[in-house]
Amino acid sequence: MTAADTEIDSLLGRKWRKPPMIRRRWLRWAIGLGFVAYLIAAFATIEVNWSRVYEGLDRGGAFVMAFTSPDFTSRGSDIWAGMLESVVMTVAASVVGILISIPIALGAARNIAPLPVYMICRGIIAVSRALQEIIVAILLVAIFGFGPLAGFLTLSFATIGFLSKLLAEDIESMSRAQGEAVRATGSRWAQWINYGVQPQVMPRLIGLSIYRVDINFRESAILGLVGAGGIGATLNTAFDRYEYDTAAAILIIIIAVVMALEYISGIVRARVQ
Amino acid sequence: MPVIETPEGPIWRRRTRGQAMARWFGWLLGLAAFLWCWSRISEATTWFFVRDAPRIAGDILGRALPPRWSYIDNLWWPIWDTLNIATLGTIIALILAVPVAFLAARNTTPSALIVRPIALLIIVSTRSINSLIWALLLIAIIGPGVFAGVIAIAIRSIGFCAKLLYEAIEEISATQVEAITATGASRWQVMAYGIVPQIAPAFAGIAVFRWDINIRESTVLGLVGAGGIGLQLQASLNTLAWPQVSLILLVILFAVVLSEWVSAKVRAAII
Repeated sequence: MTAADTEIDSLLGRKWRKPPMIRRRWLRWAIGLGFVAYLIAAFATIEVNWSRVYEGLDRGGAFVMAFTSPDFTSRGSDIWAGMLESVVMTVAASVVGILISIPIALGAARNIAPLPVYMICRGIIAVSRALQEIIVAILLVAIFGFGPLAGFLTLSFATIGFLSKLLAEDIESMSRAQGEAVRATGSRWAQWINYGVQPQVMPRLIGLSIYRVDINFRESAILGLVGAGGIGATLNTAFDRYEYDTAAAILIIIIAVVMALEYISGIVRARVQ
Repeated sequence: MPVIETPEGPIWRRRTRGQAMARWFGWLLGLAAFLWCWSRISEATTWFFVRDAPRIAGDILGRALPPRWSYIDNLWWPIWDTLNIATLGTIIALILAVPVAFLAARNTTPSALIVRPIALLIIVSTRSINSLIWALLLIAIIGPGVFAGVIAIAIRSIGFCAKLLYEAIEEISATQVEAITATGASRWQVMAYGIVPQIAPAFAGIAVFRWDINIRESTVLGLVGAGGIGLQLQASLNTLAWPQVSLILLVILFAVVLSEWVSAKVRAAII
């Protein structure tokens, strides 16, 4: 019997098993064990007041129910003023941010800019990307006072980091041949940028700009929490007063605007590409 | 092709006169909209404060430097909390995002008419609301603390992860799935051997990418009371303890740069 078994076994070969995602065995075990150890430590140190959570479930239910009967009217003028301020900040900051980020993107592309300019522009991008909107907003509110100007400056600053980095990467990966061809006609630097570089990156620039408008609107909704203008202040007040139906109305408006922007940006990006 | 007839002969133009006029009108409208927006911002601004801004900025900078290094001993615990908020939030979000992504992907959804729109609605609504707003809401519901932060990060990340994941699922190659189906595999076996191996690298990439963003976001969740280092930031700001603020900002900056470096390394190793 045993002889037959081994014969069949040797004919069948080893059973197939799925290859693991991480090939090195020790690394696989180290990552797995380290992860489990971390999870245990993390869960052990988180304090959850379960009775408080349980009490809160009623309020959670009330909030979910508020979405079925949002109250757009009783704080209608506040909501309208807040939304208008958010939109105004978004538009102005997007325009200014995009205008500033184009020269910085040109400077941050290694195939166009000399090394010193490249380093400076990359530095600006790194600083802008590392600081989050809300922290910049806190500092700017402290400096410029409450109001939409601080929010406008915050969003412009954040737009520069985002757009310049992605646009610079696109410029760096453009085709050299077209630029060379324009160069060969004896063009000046500005003409070279305008006819050799700009047409190649324009679709990406438009797509990114519209995406950034979308992000700026979403961010403008929270800047009000620190006093930098926009719908956030109204939303914060609504939460503080447990006026869930007003809060639900504001959230619905935000979601609707974001969805509309995403829809528009989808159409525009499909057209330019 | 639009040309202009001149005595010396036709000159080529890129656009007809009407097209050019339409474009100029469009730019004019855009400019008008921008100027209107700017005037509204300007109206709401106290320009006296703005003129005073350089002095205030210098004053704050003078107070904030040098950072109070000894305060770092009070920060180890908040830093650990911040890490937990980001990591646990990401894990919960990934667990919830996987089913949503499978329901939202065109090629795996059980019903394109009913289930898919619901999944897409979940994705859009969780994505379009910032984690700070989710945190505000959860604090009103379950009280302030780290737990509210974890859940806020988790909810915010569902939409992001599910969107990227369902796009990855829609891009998988159908031949591999068909090959597994042809062996007589059940629905779940097709899932495990035909679909999952194809999206696993994308999944790992999304997880690390979102973790990086979540570290960034969890550092400020404390501003509304949802735990982490932001609580210390808020307390220091409220007491105008600028040397502490500058130290906390340095710690946050360091954490953000470090997490971005880790995420870039891991993604480079995966892909």
